[in-house]
Amino acid sequence: MSGFKLALQNNKVLQMSLLAAFVLVSALSVYLTSRSVIAFILLLGSLLLLYYTSLSNGMKWAVAGLLLILVIPFATAGGPSHESYMEVATQCGIYVAMALGLNIVVGFAGLLDLGFVAFFAIGAYTYGIFATGQANNFIPGDLFPLSGDYFWVFIILGGIMAAIFGVLLGLPVLRVKGDYLAIVTLGFGEIVRIIFNNLEKPVNITNGAMGLSSISPPNLFGLQFTFPHQFYFIVLGILAVVIFGVRRFEHSRIGRSWKAVRENEIAAQSMGIPLIRTKLTAFAIGASFSGLMGVVFAAKQTFIDPSSFTLLESTTILVMVVLGGMGSVPGVILGAVLVTLLNLQVLAEFTGWLNQLSMQGIITLPNALSPVKMQRFIFGAILILIAIFRPHGLISARNRKIPLSQVKEAETHEHPERSRTSQKVRRVNGG
Amino acid sequence: MSILSVQGLVKKFGGLTAVNGVDYAFERGKISAVIGPNGAGKTTFFNMITGIYVPDAGSIELDGKSIVRVKPDKITDQGIARTFQNIRLFGSMTVLENVMVGMHIHLKAGILSTLLNLPLVRREEKETMHEAYRLLEYVGLASLYNEEAASLPYGAQRRLEIARALAAKPKVLLLDEPAAGMNPRETNELTDLIRRIQREREISIILIEHDMKLVMGLSDHILVLDHGEKIAEGKPEDIRANPKVIEAYLGKSALQDEEVMPI
Ligand SMILES: Nc1ncnc2c1ncn2[C@@H]1O[C@H](COP(=O)(O)OP(=O)(O)O)[C@@H](O)[C@H]1O
Ligand SMILES: [Mg+2]
Repeated sequence: MSGFKLALQNNKVLQMSLLAAFVLVSALSVYLTSRSVIAFILLLGSLLLLYYTSLSNGMKWAVAGLLLILVIPFATAGGPSHESYMEVATQCGIYVAMALGLNIVVGFAGLLDLGFVAFFAIGAYTYGIFATGQANNFIPGDLFPLSGDYFWVFIILGGIMAAIFGVLLGLPVLRVKGDYLAIVTLGFGEIVRIIFNNLEKPVNITNGAMGLSSISPPNLFGLQFTFPHQFYFIVLGILAVVIFGVRRFEHSRIGRSWKAVRENEIAAQSMGIPLIRTKLTAFAIGASFSGLMGVVFAAKQTFIDPSSFTLLESTTILVMVVLGGMGSVPGVILGAVLVTLLNLQVLAEFTGWLNQLSMQGIITLPNALSPVKMQRFIFGAILILIAIFRPHGLISARNRKIPLSQVKEAETHEHPERSRTSQKVRRVNGG
Repeated sequence: MSILSVQGLVKKFGGLTAVNGVDYAFERGKISAVIGPNGAGKTTFFNMITGIYVPDAGSIELDGKSIVRVKPDKITDQGIARTFQNIRLFGSMTVLENVMVGMHIHLKAGILSTLLNLPLVRREEKETMHEAYRLLEYVGLASLYNEEAASLPYGAQRRLEIARALAAKPKVLLLDEPAAGMNPRETNELTDLIRRIQREREISIILIEHDMKLVMGLSDHILVLDHGEKIAEGKPEDIRANPKVIEAYLGKSALQDEEVMPI
């Protein structure tokens, strides 16, 4: 058994064959069954397996791209549930981007933000207001709704708006620390929601609690995006950019200054890092990821109202980050996907199943334990268990180990012994 | 002209005057020491120079320019770097990354250029890594570059703080009790390191230290504080013989026994 384990650890071909077999089986079962949550989760799980193989990073990305662009869309296309699978995958993508944004703030810079959903709302309303007739109420000329062609520009605008509000919030707020910061951001999240809820008077900007409906769907050269599988590809594209960005920032001058501020403010300052500005960039960049996806969300739903942006959403995103592993990019991605699947699929399925049982009279559930209530309960219980058994998250943050050959300046005659050690370091990293 | 000078420096905490009207001029290119019993106000003195505390009165001038009320990060820009008595490393970052953070003020990568991964950024990042590694070699920590900073023994952590401070390429380096927690061998290595830094890098060094052997062996000039006031200044041999200093350290009774001063 341990011999097999060893072989598995060192043999890439074996790993690849097993992964391929796993993908094939799970993809086929998704394809052939009309709707199987388990098969779908296994198929997504192949991405996690891929993460643990010892392929080079470039190869991992290539295979992941293949799975996400080809295998998953095609495997789900077999039955009538195609769009609902794609909808779930799209939601996962939206939450991954948001969780990665919050991870910059909480994980890298160490600033507890409990009102993060506000930036998602700002992105959503940025598009919603101008992609409906709503903007006619305060901009003369009957120019609105803008057509779906503008959606693409608004993705960027939504990001920028969220970043601006991130800075506006940050300026007064970042002078307080720790628990106080958490409370103030919590207040900010609620205030943004309440403002959107009430900004129908004196000028009707947000249409209040009624929300905005008939938001123009995206349009690209005459092609309208209305189906979940179409949004799936939009989200995938944005996500690629977001992940690329996060990885760039993580090991850069900026990323290091975020972490330095998190580790020790006084030392960071004494090394020449301006505290407020560094925290503001974390806030702004984190917020912008959320803003981008807010625009996509508004376009996908074609209807938004303030009730989509509650404190519960903020905590859910925070849970994704903490559960996955604060400061760990792969961890946060996993956390976001798991929580989304849990909320949308597993618990929903479970609720449906319990409902069926009680309707058939097989079990009787007291009203206090109604399936819908159970859902929140189970969610909470899972969190508690993970907090106890994996306090650093599912994939805890690890430092990047750099091979000696990269750290030292290139030498023309490399010492044989030295090159051997550097290889060893590299192997340690890959594993 | 002196590199750093303070005049009438005062800092109060509530009813306690931690530093009380200190005047002093630190000489350029020399090693100066600030000594005094625990609670004398030495660290507070450093904290005012580095902008962490704003003095209640008095002036601080670096190269003739006032740095009072300048933010700590801007003071680093102007050429002062320091280490801390209670070690303040970026504990969960690697040894190498700690030094790379020290180079922050000399790097140019901004948000957009980082996001676009411009060649300029990639080159800068590579050079930063090389330079940081060279500094680790300089302080003798190169073999530990991939370790988590918090996992190092105290002696190594103190040397890492020195490497990180050197990374900022300061004109003045402040060391707050650099030998604290070191064994005699480590202390000797540290003494050599500090001397090398002064000679090879043209950095003016100011150190707070209780190890009298180190202080007397290294310093060109010594400032003695007690209860926030300057009680003596001068060359090591003068300070060693100064009755006020001996009294401050050991109380009046010890005045006769001058061998005992390794506080
Ligand atoms: N932030 C602070 N708040 C209140 N008192 C302080 C603070 N920092 C230092 N002190 C007090 O000032 C005095 C001098 O402290 P310090 O400068 O740390 O002394 P030293 O470094 O010489 O041992 C001590 O009595 C200390 O308790
Ligand atoms: Mg002290």
